[in-house]
Amino acid sequence: MRLIVENLACRRSGRRIFSGLSFTLGPGEALMITGRNGAGKSSLLAMLSGRLKPDAGTIRGEDIGDAGLPECLHVVGHRDGLKSALTAQENLDFARDLLGDAQLTPGEALAAMGLPHVARLPVGYLSAGQRRRVALARLLVCRRPLWLLDEPTAALDLASQDVLAAMMGRHRAEGGLVVAATHQALGLEDARELRIGPATAEQVLDERIEESWA
Amino acid sequence: MMRAFSALLARDLRLAARVGGSGALSLVFFLMIVVMVPFALGPDLNLLSRIGPAILWLAAVLATLIGLDRLFQSDEEDGSLDLMTGAAVPLELVVLAKVTAYWLTTGLPLALSAPLFGLLVALSPTAMGATALTLLIGTPALAFIGAVGAALTATIRRGGLILAIVVLPLMIPTLIFGVSATEAALGGTVPFTTPLAVLGALSLIAGVIGTLAAAASLRWSE
Repeated sequence: MRLIVENLACRRSGRRIFSGLSFTLGPGEALMITGRNGAGKSSLLAMLSGRLKPDAGTIRGEDIGDAGLPECLHVVGHRDGLKSALTAQENLDFARDLLGDAQLTPGEALAAMGLPHVARLPVGYLSAGQRRRVALARLLVCRRPLWLLDEPTAALDLASQDVLAAMMGRHRAEGGLVVAATHQALGLEDARELRIGPATAEQVLDERIEESWA
Repeated sequence: MMRAFSALLARDLRLAARVGGSGALSLVFFLMIVVMVPFALGPDLNLLSRIGPAILWLAAVLATLIGLDRLFQSDEEDGSLDLMTGAAVPLELVVLAKVTAYWLTTGLPLALSAPLFGLLVALSPTAMGATALTLLIGTPALAFIGAVGAALTATIRRGGLILAIVVLPLMIPTLIFGVSATEAALGGTVPFTTPLAVLGALSLIAGVIGTLAAAASLRWSE
């Protein structure tokens, strides 16, 4: 698939966070989104995943058939989408049935993340890093071409970061796309970087005038 | 599509049964209200049996509110809702599955236990049966109306009170026809089936409008 973003703008609580953002991502390509805290990295990922309405601009996917863009992507972020009361196995089984297009079984995916022993443990008992690895195992149980990762290495140990880098490499070799918001190098080879800069003072001023007239 | 629906249904039922789930809570709350009424009114059996169906219905409406605030909020907080937005099924189906699971863990047990709790307010066997039947037909309406409020308050911290204030007025028609159907079964000028049919219609309408409205408000929660 191809991901095409044109002239995207984001507004949170009435304040313009960024505007005029454009990029195109083809098969096998990766994009690292960087920027200071509060620059709008997570908001950009939320808009790509369809959870947040863009203030302006368009987001399109090409070569994805009849499916909508939200049905072609995986999201792993700070809110990991795991239920603490359910076991890792149950969480992954649910994701597999809900998202469709199954690939690995939950047991195999957990083994690939180096966590075969937690399958029967409630996720609430796991450490932050283990929880994150269970969430990342979701990338493997269903096949989806676009991965949206929000600081995927947070709480991960060095060995798991290598596992993740290898996973992303394999995904890209199969023609998948990776968009990651991050502060550190992720081991993504020849990834492009998109730096979300601060809105210029002039822009902010314009906004204020606009709003005071509105 | 059925696979995703049944996965959602099974997950919510499993969560309700686990520690911290609200599985039996609303039933216990229902029992509490019904037990309190005879203490408040005194041992006048005639009075109790006359207002008994109304008390059971009122208790059922209040018991439905227990746990309703967590219906979508818990999924919003931990990111499960993001997962459901990306599901291969429309969000309406997700809502339908979640509300069905909610009804199975609150409305259905309430209706089934109504004959038993009717003993506490001195209901006649006919009234017990009528209350159980009207609750069985009417509680889906309560669950679907409540789901709209739950979806609207999903992103609000401590939204439970706002939720109650928003949805309780909308539940009044269901309450009126539920109680009047039960009373029609005990005699009176109106045949039993007339208010019962209206009650069934309310449930069906709430099922359609509630599902669409809740999905719409979840889709653009900001």
